[in-house]
Amino acid sequence: MQQAIVISGFGGQGTLFAGMVLAYAGMDHGKHVTWIPSYGPEMRGGTANATVIVRDEEIGSPVVRYPDAAVVLNNPSMEKYEPLIKAGGVLVANISLVSAPSHRPDITCVPVPASDVATQLGDVRVANMVALGALAKATKILPVEAIVQALQDHLPERKRYLLEPNRQAVQEGAQIAERGEWASQRISE
Amino acid sequence: MKQQWEERVVYQRPRALASVSTGYCPGCTHGLIHKLIAEAIDDLGIQETTIAVAPVGCALFLTDYLEVDGVMAAHGRAPAMATGIKRVEPDKVVFTYQGDGDLASIGMAEIVWAAARGENITVFFVNNAIYGMTGGQMAPTSLPGQITTSSPRGRDVETMGMPVRMAELLAGLPGAAYVVRRSVYDARTIKAARQAIRTAFRVQMEGVGFALVEFLSSCPTNWRLNPAQALEWIKEDMEPYYPLGDYKVSDIAKQLQ
Amino acid sequence: MAKELLVGNVAIAEAAIRAGVEAFFGYPITPQTELLEHMAGRMPELGRVFLQAESEVAAINMVYGAACAGARVMTSSSGPGISLMQEGLSYIAISEVPVVVVDVMRGGPGLGNIQPAQGDYNQVTKTAGHGDSRSIVLAPSSVQEAADLTGLAFDLAEKYRTIVIVAGDGMIGQMMEPAELPPMKSLPATRPDWAVTGAKGRLKNVITSVFLDAEVMEAINWRLKAKLDRIQAEEVRCELTLVDDAEILIVAFGSAARITKTAIREAREQGIRAGMLRPITLLPFPSTAIEELLDRVQTVLVVEMNTGQMVDDVRLAVQGRAPVHLYGRPGGSVPVPDEILDVIMSLRA
Repeated sequence: MQQAIVISGFGGQGTLFAGMVLAYAGMDHGKHVTWIPSYGPEMRGGTANATVIVRDEEIGSPVVRYPDAAVVLNNPSMEKYEPLIKAGGVLVANISLVSAPSHRPDITCVPVPASDVATQLGDVRVANMVALGALAKATKILPVEAIVQALQDHLPERKRYLLEPNRQAVQEGAQIAERGEWASQRISE
Repeated sequence: MKQQWEERVVYQRPRALASVSTGYCPGCTHGLIHKLIAEAIDDLGIQETTIAVAPVGCALFLTDYLEVDGVMAAHGRAPAMATGIKRVEPDKVVFTYQGDGDLASIGMAEIVWAAARGENITVFFVNNAIYGMTGGQMAPTSLPGQITTSSPRGRDVETMGMPVRMAELLAGLPGAAYVVRRSVYDARTIKAARQAIRTAFRVQMEGVGFALVEFLSSCPTNWRLNPAQALEWIKEDMEPYYPLGDYKVSDIAKQLQ
Repeated sequence: MAKELLVGNVAIAEAAIRAGVEAFFGYPITPQTELLEHMAGRMPELGRVFLQAESEVAAINMVYGAACAGARVMTSSSGPGISLMQEGLSYIAISEVPVVVVDVMRGGPGLGNIQPAQGDYNQVTKTAGHGDSRSIVLAPSSVQEAADLTGLAFDLAEKYRTIVIVAGDGMIGQMMEPAELPPMKSLPATRPDWAVTGAKGRLKNVITSVFLDAEVMEAINWRLKAKLDRIQAEEVRCELTLVDDAEILIVAFGSAARITKTAIREAREQGIRAGMLRPITLLPFPSTAIEELLDRVQTVLVVEMNTGQMVDDVRLAVQGRAPVHLYGRPGGSVPVPDEILDVIMSLRA
C-alpha cells in the first residue's frame, strides 16, 4: 500500500513543513516515508511543493506523476495538481484562496477554508495544518492523532509556542473534513 | 710551537638550506632570498616545525632547496593550500613562496582572501616583473613600456593597465598584520630584507595574522641584462614604481621587529 | 540507534563528522548547501575546522593542503563547482593524499538549474582533472546509503590514498528519509608518516606533482594505474534487483535507479520479467557483474538523468552481446516510474 501526497502553495504557506509533519507521522507510525521538496529559486513568495510518499514497504521513486492526493493552498497549485490526481484520489483545496472550480467527477474534493479557519485560530500561518488535518481524515493515510503526535514530537524547540495553534488547526481541519459541510457542494457551486 | 689561533666559525651554510646546487640562472636573486629564509628558520629554531608551500614558477623546486617539510601548490593556489595546512596544524609555521605571476595574476583571489581572513601564514612574494619560468612573458607587475616576449612593443598600459602594487593593495585589508616591501640589490637592502623575513615569521609564530614580505628581485636572463645591470635595474627602474618600505605594521607586529 | 528523518545533504555531513572528518572547506552552491551549513554549525562545536572558502578553486586547494598535512578532510559541491575543482583534483590525484569530495549533481551544462541530474557522470568517472588519473566514485540512491557511503568513502580514501567522490544528485541531497547514522568514531591520534607536519626527528617529507623527467612521470602514471586495477579488482559494488529470471536488464544508478525500481515493480505486476543492476561504485564500474547476467538477458536498458553517459560503460561491458537501449532525461528533468514503465513495455513489444 502506497500513498503519494503533494502539498503545494505559495512559499511561506508552510507546505514543506506540512509535508515534513506528515513524513514524521508516517515514520513514527512504522511506515516507510520519503519527503522531497520542489521550489523555485525565490526564497519567498514562489510556489513551493513537497511530495510525501507513505508506504508499507521500501519506497522506490520519491516522485510520481499522478499523486493519490493533493493539498492545494493557492490557485496556481490548484491549476497544476488538480488535473494530475489519480482517479479515485483526494483533493484538499484551501477555498479561502482557491477560487478555481474542480472539474473532476472522479476524485473526492474536500474544500476547506483553511486560511480563514487559521485566522480564526489566531494565526494564518497554521492554514497548512488545517489542510493537513483534513487530508489525514479524508484519505485515512494516517490517524489524525498520529499527525498531532508528530507535531508534539518534532516541532523544533524555537517553535514550541506554536504547538497549541498547530494542534488545534489539525483537529479543526479533520473535523471539517469529517462533517463534510463544505464537501456537500462542489467547489464551483 | 704552540698554536696561536683557534678556529672560529663566522659563516656557514644555514642548516635549513639544502646542500645542493640550485637551478637558478646566474645573477638571479631567488637563491639569495632562499638563503635569507633558511637563516631565519635556523635562528628562530623552527626547522622542525616549518612547512613550506612552493609555487608554480621558477621557485617550484623550493622544496628541494630547503631542509623543511614542503608541498608544491597549483599555480596561484599556495595561499589556499597553506590555509588548509595551517588550519589543521595551527602550531606549525607555514609559509608560501610565490612569484608575481603566481601571486598577483592567477592567484590574486587566493592571496587577497588569505590576507582578508587574516590567515596566520607568512608569504614571501618575489616580484621580478616578469614570468621567468616560461621564458620572459609580461607579468602583472611588468613596468609600463617593459619589453617582454608577450609585450614585444612594451607593456601598453592602455590595454593592459598599470602594474599591480601588491604590498599596497594587501596592506589595505584589515586582516593583514605585517606587509612590507624590501629588495636585495645591495648590502643595505639585503640587511633590511633579512630583518623583515624574521619579523614575518615571528608575526605568525605569535599568532598575530597575515604577514607578507615583497621582494623586488632580479631576472637577468629574461631582462636581457647581466647580473650587475639587473641589480641596477631593480634600483633605478623598479624601485621608483614599487617604493621599498613598510605598508602595514600592526601594533603587535611593531613589537616583533 | 533509532532512525531519524534526515535530509540527504545533512545525512552526508553528519555521517562524515561521525567518520572523523577533521576539516571541511567548501563554497555554497545549490543543491548541496545544507551540507555546508550543517558543517558550519557542527564542526566548530566539535573543535574541528570549518572554512567557507572564497571559491571552489580555493576550497579544493585548502582540502589539498589539509590532506597533505595528514588530516581527514572533505569538500562538497555541485557541477559548476566540481568543474572549478578539477585543477585541484589533478594535483591531489598524483600526490596520492586521501580526500573525499561530494558532488550533489544538478541540471547543466552551464549554470543550468538546481534540479536533480546525473550529467556529471563523465566528469567524475572519467578523470580527476587533467592528466591521467581517476577517482573512486560512489553513487548513493537513498538517504541511508548516502550516509553509509560517506563513511565508506573515508575508509577507501585512506586505504588507497586516493580521491573518493560521493556522487549524489539534487534528489538524494534534498529529500528526507528515515536513516540511521553511524556511531561517532574517534579522530586519528597520529598523522600518517608521509604527511607534512614539520620534519621533527625524521627526514623532510615533500609532496609535489612536478616530475620533469618523463621516465619518472611515466612510472608514477603506471603506479597509479596499478592502484586503479587493484581497486577495480577489489572494490566493485552493485545492487541486483530481480535479475535471476530477468529478460530485460535495466542498469541505472542513484536517483534514476530508485525511480526505476518502482517501474520494475509495476512491470512485474504486468508479467514482464524486468530486473535491475544498480552500480554503487561508478568507478570501479561493475562491468563483470553486467557481463555475468548476459546469458539470460535479452535486452539491456540504461536509465540515467543525462543524454547518455553511463550507457557507454554499459556498452563496453555488454560488448555487443545484447542490444543496449538508453532512456535519458537530462537538464534537471526527473523521470517518473510511469514513463520508464512505458519504455520497458515498448522494448518488450
